[in-house]
Amino acid sequence: MSAGKEGRALSILRDVFLANVRVIKNNFRPKCIYVAVMLRRMMEAILNKDAMDDKDYVGNKRLELSGQLISLLFEDLFKTMISEVQKQADNVLSKRSRSSQLDLSMLLVKDSITLGLERALSTGNWDVKRFRMHRKGMTQVLQRLSFIATLGHVTRILPQFEKSRKVSGPRALQPSQWGMLCPCDTPEGEACGLVKNLALMTHVTTDQEEGPLISLCYCLGVEDLELLSGEELHTPNSFLIIFNGLILGKHRRPQRFASTMRKLRRIGRIGEFVSVFVNEKQRCVYIASDGGRVCRPLVIADKGISRIKEHHMKGLLDGARTFDDFLREGLVEYLDVNEENNALIALYEQDATPETTHIEIEPFTILGVCAGLIPFPHHNQSPRNTYQCAMGKQAMGNIAYNQLLRMDTLLYLLVYPQRPLLTTRTIELVGYDKLGAGQNATVAVMSYSGYDIEDAIVMNKSSLDRGFGRCIVMKKHSAVNQKYENGTSDRILRPPRKDDRNKKGENPDWERMQILDNDGIAAPGEIIRPNDVYINKESPIMTKGSLKMVALKDSDYKPSRQTYKGAEGESCVVDRVTLCSDKNNNLSIKFMIRHTRRPEVGDKFSSRHGQKGVCGTIVQQEDFPFSERGICPDLIMNPHGFPSRMTVGKMIELLGGKAGVSCGRFHYGSAFGEPSGHADRVEAISETLVKHGFSYNGKDFLYSGITGCPLQAYIFMGPIYYQKLKHMVLDKMHARGSGPRVMLTRQPTEGRARNGGLRVGEMERDCLIAYGASMLIYERLMLSSDPFEVQVCRACGLLGYYNYKLKTGICSSCKNGDNISTMKLPYACKLLIQELQSMNIVPRLRLADS
Amino acid sequence: MSDSEPEAMAEADGVPSTKLPPHLELRRTRVLCKVDAPDNTDTIQYSGAYASLGHENSLRFADFCKDFRVDITRISDDDMELDMVGVDPSIANAFRRILLAELPTMAIEKVLIANNTSVVQDEVLAHRLGLIPIKVDPRLFDYLSENDTPNEKNTIVFKLHVRCEERGQRLTVKSNELMWLPKGSEFLKTSESLTSTSKPETYTSFTCSQDSMPEFAGNPIRVYPDIIISKLGFGQEIELEAHAVKGVGKTHAKWSPVATCWYRMLPEVELMEEIEGEKADVLKQKCPAKVFEIEDLADGRKRATVARPRACTLCRECIRDGEDWEKRISLRRVKNHFIFTIESTGALPPEVLFTEAVKILEDKCERVISDLS
Repeated sequence: MSAGKEGRALSILRDVFLANVRVIKNNFRPKCIYVAVMLRRMMEAILNKDAMDDKDYVGNKRLELSGQLISLLFEDLFKTMISEVQKQADNVLSKRSRSSQLDLSMLLVKDSITLGLERALSTGNWDVKRFRMHRKGMTQVLQRLSFIATLGHVTRILPQFEKSRKVSGPRALQPSQWGMLCPCDTPEGEACGLVKNLALMTHVTTDQEEGPLISLCYCLGVEDLELLSGEELHTPNSFLIIFNGLILGKHRRPQRFASTMRKLRRIGRIGEFVSVFVNEKQRCVYIASDGGRVCRPLVIADKGISRIKEHHMKGLLDGARTFDDFLREGLVEYLDVNEENNALIALYEQDATPETTHIEIEPFTILGVCAGLIPFPHHNQSPRNTYQCAMGKQAMGNIAYNQLLRMDTLLYLLVYPQRPLLTTRTIELVGYDKLGAGQNATVAVMSYSGYDIEDAIVMNKSSLDRGFGRCIVMKKHSAVNQKYENGTSDRILRPPRKDDRNKKGENPDWERMQILDNDGIAAPGEIIRPNDVYINKESPIMTKGSLKMVALKDSDYKPSRQTYKGAEGESCVVDRVTLCSDKNNNLSIKFMIRHTRRPEVGDKFSSRHGQKGVCGTIVQQEDFPFSERGICPDLIMNPHGFPSRMTVGKMIELLGGKAGVSCGRFHYGSAFGEPSGHADRVEAISETLVKHGFSYNGKDFLYSGITGCPLQAYIFMGPIYYQKLKHMVLDKMHARGSGPRVMLTRQPTEGRARNGGLRVGEMERDCLIAYGASMLIYERLMLSSDPFEVQVCRACGLLGYYNYKLKTGICSSCKNGDNISTMKLPYACKLLIQELQSMNIVPRLRLADS
Repeated sequence: MSDSEPEAMAEADGVPSTKLPPHLELRRTRVLCKVDAPDNTDTIQYSGAYASLGHENSLRFADFCKDFRVDITRISDDDMELDMVGVDPSIANAFRRILLAELPTMAIEKVLIANNTSVVQDEVLAHRLGLIPIKVDPRLFDYLSENDTPNEKNTIVFKLHVRCEERGQRLTVKSNELMWLPKGSEFLKTSESLTSTSKPETYTSFTCSQDSMPEFAGNPIRVYPDIIISKLGFGQEIELEAHAVKGVGKTHAKWSPVATCWYRMLPEVELMEEIEGEKADVLKQKCPAKVFEIEDLADGRKRATVARPRACTLCRECIRDGEDWEKRISLRRVKNHFIFTIESTGALPPEVLFTEAVKILEDKCERVISDLS
């Protein structure tokens, strides 16, 4: 018994405890030393708080990639399958008399691995029992709302731990994030700071083979752990060599060792993502080749002089060299967060000193894709950039080059998307200038009409007439030609035409089926109205039971047409129809229904600086102000949007855009780009403006379109890139007079989709009470909601019923109708009383004369 | 109205109108464009505004007749610039507003699409077609009201049928592919096709061909030629009919006869003191519109002069550096002198547009007068 326990303890120590240190031939010494080093570190941390590790430090984190997760899942499924087979085989072999030979392949459960992988991928639930891993939401449907939403989604990093914890540490911006994770792009609310995004040049490493690297380390003079005593291991003149968390041994000349390793990496003898990090404080050299580390490329400098010379750059521009050539020739290398601590990185070549080891490629690469769209983000208040990162994903525009061939469930497109006048290098790198999501609007910053308060914008009707902000919304509707188990299947019929008559001489439905082709499926290009049939399908009445192979008659089918349910007055068009088969081999017919919309009051717009606003009013062009050159703005924005938001970048965008239009060159506004020429300076922009006859500050002399007199101020006017966001009033507006009610409570339904009522909630009720409008409360809460007439017995206080034969109310507990009063009650109240009665609580009503 | 009448009226007033002091006269007639903001932008309408000074501010018809002037400074096929002197901003603005919104033109309103396999969606194609200017005099046509049937007096029909036949080629469809159909629509209404045996019904009911009308004989209706409508890939096809009707810019910008139309007040640049020597050079350098010129004085000195005040774009560069420059130069706008620019879309020549606008304003005034009496 005790031997068994001992054995189990030993196996735990061998296989579970510090599983990364392998026990070979029952040699527990490396494990002991490992534990000892751990203890040593712990004691050091107790004595010296500075020696503590930071758990939020990016260098101590690993990203889990899809490959790792799938390999974990596969391993589990494979091992489960093996053990299943083993169990089955044992079962078979344990039988005394076997008639046939044991065939292991027969014992394999078919497709168990495939099904397991499919299940995990489709549900997103990663259940690996052996590691007690139960994770949800591991797979997500890629967002295809806009091009930027897709890019933002693929660079997203989700945290492992739950979001509800109220800790600030992991949410705070870590200095070690520099260049690896975007400091701007994080959602607001509960996941703030936990969900992160990769920066532009970040690379996430994958696993590399360890064996050759370990033997290389020994070749380079690492003294094997096996040959050292504990005292020798920690002699003051030597450093520990730790490879992927495993102590290899020690080295007497760590700097030399590290530089040799790096040299080998630069000439390509070992993988470019192997990191070598000398930690002077811990007297260790860490070598890492594991997957999930974030790293980024940097230009190597020798004594402060960049290895990249003029001719290299020329080769790159001519296309003779690529980035990989730079990497292979050892001009550029990847550093992970830990190794960055051994480097002295200069921001620009001119800032380099003789101690400098590396030079940044470009400062704007510390931002991610979403933040990279913002022009002059370094002039904005930081939260504004974060807001824009969230909003850029909702902007309408192009989603992909094949957008008109895709069958997305919901597709928002802009009719005339434009390239931003004020671009950044990131925009060019990711291709946002080819797949833009917005339009360059001439904006006048002034107050106008009072319909521009609270960030609302005033729009020029003529601009809208000419196509500004026009968008296309496409929705997918699908129908399946179902096959049933008894061999029958749905059928699609030629629709009845105007002159057709059925047996009874009727033809009730032809009007609803005008858009159908003769094959019974709606034709592309047809205008579809609400209640139009888009597929004339019929289903067999008998779908189960006996397999009759006789041909079915017409009477064996019932119509199962699908009708289009859209808002009245919308003119939608059938854009495309595709026929394909779904995974059960049924014919699936998909319809894209298109609706073109022009902006209307209440549609949401935003600039690229987190300044969202709805369209407050639409004004005729003749009422709009105009400049001395005849320029009339497309929209007017209230100047109160600026002081508290401090989006100076937006003002510079306006200036740069204006200069860009006047001189015919796209201006740049990359983050921190002024010193390197990736962003235009305001001084230069102002000079261009003056050269073209504008004021240096971008303010124009405007005439009022209403009175014809000049305005009493110079107006800041110029082009700003505006995005139309997917939130449109048409999808949201809702009102109801009378309508459907919930069956249980007889109260109006909830929500726009169910044509629900608008609730007078607790707070509204409080206001009405405070105001004393009791009749209004009575009307809203009962008469307009769920009035119900009840018979109440004054004697017992219970609810009775109305006897229609005797035409009196009767109390069922008093068995008479003597003391019955009729009163009105909310039905929900009556329901409550009865539900309480059903659980043995008797609520009694005491009536009094009013 | 005879010439003697207003004079008599002026005398009848009996108020001897004195001249205003210069500082008030300046405020009355000029907008001062200072560095921070324009000043005196409004006009003073009230006749008794300067009554205490003994100045009569009412507008006299005789003065108006004497002062009012229209000079055309530049004119071409599709744009012109004219100076309108001696009117109130509200009158100039009325012309601008009428030109933008109330002058009728013809524009494509209904598009019947028989086939469209191009990448441009039907609605977008129709919208693009609508914005193409049609070179036709709208005065020859009537408005099409809701219950009217489209006929030769109110509708112009165009046909567009293009197909890209070349493999691997892109075909750019331009607006000159729109063919005028003087006989009206060619598309048959499918519904009644069986019953009526006489004349098949189309979407328009033209009684005669439009090219038999004297205005269009030998002068076919055309559209502005090189506007890209769509691009077609191999095998793609567009077949449609576009019906143009009369309308005004108020309803939709496509009916606006002008690309844009605006005015500016005449710039006036005054040097408040003599600017000589180096400062004159600096001033000349400062102005991007080259308003200032240097004059060589007899004694070898240089003096800055205002050579081209009309060119001033009000960039305010000359008064930007410090208060002393603001004191030296005064940028002004003359409140009753308008430099009016009309950029026609091509339907009507700009001078006709302007006279038409005058007629509309006249009609409006007459309506007010008749309503009042």
